[in-house]
Amino acid sequence: MTDKPRDREPEQISHVVVRFAGDSGDGMQLTGDRFTSASALFGNDLSTFPDFPAEIRAPAGTVNGVSSFQVHISDHDITTPGDVPDVLVAMNPAALKADLHRLDQHGLLIVNSDSFEERDLQKAGYDSNPLLDDSLSQYRVVEIPMTSLTQKATEPLGVKSRDSERSKNFFALGVISWLYSRPTEPTIKWVESRFKDLVKDSNLAAFRAGFNFGETSELFDHPYQVKPAPLPAGEYTNISGNVALAWGLVAAGHLAKLPIFLGSYPITPASDILHELSKHKHFGVRTVQAEDEIAAAGMALGAAFAGHIGVTTTSGPGLALKSETLSLAVSLELPFLLVDIQRGGPSTGLPTKTEAADLNIAMYGRHAEAPLPIVAAYSPGNCFDAAIEAVRIALKYRTPVILLSDGYLANGSEPWLLPDPSTLPDISVPFATETNHVAPDGTAEFWPYLRDPETLARPWAIPGTPGLMHRVGGIEKEDGTGNISYEPANHSTMVHLRAAKIAGIANDIPLATIVGDEDADLCLLGWGSTWAAIDAAVQITRRQNLKVAWIHLTHLNPMPRNLGDLLHKFKHILVPELNLGQLCRIVRAEFLVDAKPVTKVQGLPFTAAELVAAIKGVLAGE
Amino acid sequence: MVPITTKKDWTSDQEVRWCPGCGDYGILLAVQMLMPELGVAPENTVFVSGIGCSSRFPYYMNTYGMHSIHGRAPAIATGVAVARPDLDVWVITGDGDALSIGGNHLIHALRRNVNLTILLFNNQIYGLTKGQYSPTSEEGKVTKSTPMGSIDHPFNPLAVALGAEASFVARTHDLDRKHMTGVFRAAHAHRGASFVEILQNCNVFNDGAFDGVLARQAREEMMIDLQHGQPIRFGADGHSGVVMGSDGQLRIVEVADVGVEALLVHDAHRADPGLAFSLARLSHDNHSPTPFGIFRDVDRGDYGHMVGAQLAAAAEKKGPGDLTSLLRSNGTWQVQPS
Repeated sequence: MTDKPRDREPEQISHVVVRFAGDSGDGMQLTGDRFTSASALFGNDLSTFPDFPAEIRAPAGTVNGVSSFQVHISDHDITTPGDVPDVLVAMNPAALKADLHRLDQHGLLIVNSDSFEERDLQKAGYDSNPLLDDSLSQYRVVEIPMTSLTQKATEPLGVKSRDSERSKNFFALGVISWLYSRPTEPTIKWVESRFKDLVKDSNLAAFRAGFNFGETSELFDHPYQVKPAPLPAGEYTNISGNVALAWGLVAAGHLAKLPIFLGSYPITPASDILHELSKHKHFGVRTVQAEDEIAAAGMALGAAFAGHIGVTTTSGPGLALKSETLSLAVSLELPFLLVDIQRGGPSTGLPTKTEAADLNIAMYGRHAEAPLPIVAAYSPGNCFDAAIEAVRIALKYRTPVILLSDGYLANGSEPWLLPDPSTLPDISVPFATETNHVAPDGTAEFWPYLRDPETLARPWAIPGTPGLMHRVGGIEKEDGTGNISYEPANHSTMVHLRAAKIAGIANDIPLATIVGDEDADLCLLGWGSTWAAIDAAVQITRRQNLKVAWIHLTHLNPMPRNLGDLLHKFKHILVPELNLGQLCRIVRAEFLVDAKPVTKVQGLPFTAAELVAAIKGVLAGE
Repeated sequence: MVPITTKKDWTSDQEVRWCPGCGDYGILLAVQMLMPELGVAPENTVFVSGIGCSSRFPYYMNTYGMHSIHGRAPAIATGVAVARPDLDVWVITGDGDALSIGGNHLIHALRRNVNLTILLFNNQIYGLTKGQYSPTSEEGKVTKSTPMGSIDHPFNPLAVALGAEASFVARTHDLDRKHMTGVFRAAHAHRGASFVEILQNCNVFNDGAFDGVLARQAREEMMIDLQHGQPIRFGADGHSGVVMGSDGQLRIVEVADVGVEALLVHDAHRADPGLAFSLARLSHDNHSPTPFGIFRDVDRGDYGHMVGAQLAAAAEKKGPGDLTSLLRSNGTWQVQPS
C-alpha cells in the first residue's frame, strides 16, 4: 500500500502537534507511542507528553477517564511537546470535551463518529451532540465511523464485533499515519512482534484499513509530510526519562565497576525504573521490591555498607518516608542515591501529573543539619547523564545524593543520540584495604572517619576486608576514630565537617553558563524539566529581537560556584518553576538577588507561550 | 581454612555501657564466647541493630557493624545479606524495636527468609526511654505511660514469627549461657532467617519480669525444654507433659494420668508451622510452664542466594551485560551527516 505512488502529493510542513485522546481503555498511549516511534525512525525531532488519569479504568466514557498522548514532530530541533495541538483525535465525546479547548482555533479535529450516541453524549455531559450543532464550526472536523469500519475490516478474519472494538485505535493510527506520511513498516513489524494470532491479525487489518481509508476517502485533500530534522549525525533511539534514568544507573554501575542494588516500592511515576532495572539482572543489577518505602531505602543503605551502589527510587510521598534513612546516610557518610520522580502533591496529590515541588524537601527535609547534594535532570535523555553524575558524587564523597526528575520527564520521550560508552567517565573509587592510623603504642589501626584532606570523604571499608572491622551508627561519632562521642566541641566539628564536605563539591561540578544574550537585562534561571519550555521561549523571544539570557541548573546543592556572580550581572531574574517559587527563595536567600518567581501548579508543564508572556511582561516593565 | 579466633578477636575496644546487672551482658558474653567456635572470621561478620538498649550491641563486637534506625535493622540487614550472601549477618533488636516500630520489616525479613540470625532481646519494657510499656508488656502493666495499667493486648514474639512462617524459631533466656549458646549455634547454622527470642531481664525498669518462670526455684516446673524427636515433658522427674486434645488444643497433663505414649513428640522439622504456633501459645504469661529451645527449623530457599541465582541465570541466558547493546535495545536509527 505504500509502494504505489500517491495521486495526491504530500504537502511539506515544518512541524505538527498531534493529540490522541480517548477513553482509558481505548489504547491512546499505545497509539501515540507507535506514532512517535514511526516518526523517530523517520528521522523527525520530537517530544511527547503522555497525559493520563490516576485511575486505571475510570468509568468508561466519562471525562475523568480520558487518557491523552500529545506528540510534537518536527523537521528542526525542538524541545517541547507543543503548546497547542494542530490535530486532535477524539475517540469519544468525553475526549472531545476534555481536550477540545487545547486544540488550535483552526485545528483539525478527527472524531470517531460511532461513539457519539445518546448514551455516550450523556456520559460525557453533553446536552446536545456537538457534531450536529455548530459548536465546532471553527475547526476542520472530520468524522470517521472508526468503530464500524474496524468491525468491517476485521469481520472476514472471524473477529467478533465486540473484540474488534479493541482494534479501533489501530484504525485511528492508520488514518494519522497516512495523513502525516509515516512509514508503515515499523508499526506493522511492531504489531507482528507484540501480538499473536487473531489479535495480531485484527490489529494489522484495522491499521491497514485506517491507512487505506485516509488514502481513498475524500475527507482529506492531501497528506502532509514533516521531513527528517537535521539532527547531529549518529545513532539515535527514542527514549523516555525513566528508561534513560534506569540505563544511566546500569551504566554508572559499569563505570564504577560496582554492582547496582535497587531497593524500591511501587509508586507512580517512578515504578518504571524498578521495572526497567529488573530486566537487567545480567548486568549484575539486584532489585528488591521492598515491603515499604522505608525498607526500600534501608535495604539500599545496607547494600551500600556492603560495597554496592545502593539506590532507591520513589516519588514525593515515598521521599517523605525515606527522610530518616537519608539522615542516617548523612551521618554514616556512605554512598547512597535516592531518585525522586516528582509529581503533584502534597500527599497523594496528582500521582500521574507532573510538578517540581520537592526541591524544598530535598534541600531541607531532614531533621537537624543534614546537607546533601542534589542533582536535577532536565530532559528525558539527560536523565541518563544525571544518573551517572549523581552516582559519581555519591561514590566520590561518600554521601547520600538526591536525583530529581519529574513525571513529565519520566513519561515524555525524545530522540536521543546514543553516547559512546567508551567516552563515559570513569567514576570508580577505591575501597579502603589498609589501616590508616598508628596508635601511640605503635599499633596499626583503622579510623573509619579519617578523611581525605581534599574531598573530606571518609574511607569506604567494606565487610570482608581483614583488619578494618569497624562500627558505624547514627550516634555522633568522634572525628577520626568514629567512636561514639557526646563531646560538645566534637559535635560542632562534625556538623561543620559534614557541611564543608558537601559545600566543597562546588569545586567539582561544571560552572554555570549563560545561554543567549550575556548583555541582556533579563536572565531566566531554571532547573529540571522547565528546560524545554524555557528553551523554546528564549528562542522565540530572541527571534523577536528581545535580549534574553538563561542559566539552567543541573546541580542544586551545592550550586555552581560562579552562580552568584553571574546572577548579579542582571537587572531582572525570573525563575520559572512548577511550584510556588522554591528555587527562587533559595537564590534570594543565598545570593541577595531580586529574583522573581514564575509559577505553575496545574499538574502540567509550562507552555512556551506562558514563558514568552512572562519575559515580555518583565521587559515591558510590567 | 577455618579461621582460628579467640573471644578477644571478637571483642571491640569499646567500653560496654549497659546498666550494671543488665541481662544484655550475659547475652554479649554468650555471643563472644560462641563466635570462635563457629569457624568464621570477624571480617566476614556483620552485626546490624536498630535503636534501644540492646541495639548498642554491635559497638561491642569486633566485627563490621551498624547501629541503625529504630525498627529498620531487618530491612538494612536484608540489603547487606542480599548484596553479599558471603557474609554472616546478625540482627540485634529488642521488643520495641522489632515488634512495635519495626514490626513490618521483621515479618517481611522472615517471610522472605533472608539469611539473617535475628536475636530479639525481650525485656517487655522500653528501657532506653526510661520505662514505658512495650508491645510485649502484659495487660494491666503500670508504667509511666500507663498509670492506670496497659490495656494493650501483647504480642507473643514467637507466634508473630511463626505467623510469618519463619523457617527457624527458638526461645532462650539470658541466665543460661549454655542454653543460649546451643540455640545461637543452631540459629547460625540455619540457612535463611533465624529468629531467636531471648527473655532478658531489665533490672532497672522491669526487674524480675520472668522470675515466675526463670527463678531458680521455679525453673524445674516452669521451663519446658523442647528437644526434637522427644516427647514434650517437664517438671521434677518429668511428671508433666504436653498432649494434643481431640479438639487440636495443646494441654499440660500429668504423665501418670495419660502415659508417655500419649505425649506430643516435638518435631521441629514439620513443614506446617501450626504445631509450633500452638506450642508458642502454650503460655500466655510469665507464671505458666513455658517452652524453650527450637520450636521450628525447616529448610526453605534463602533469599540472598535466590536473588544471586536469578542473576546467574540471566547472565547464562543473555551473556554478560553489554552497554552498547543495552542502548540499542529499543530500536535505533541513523542520522547521516548532512
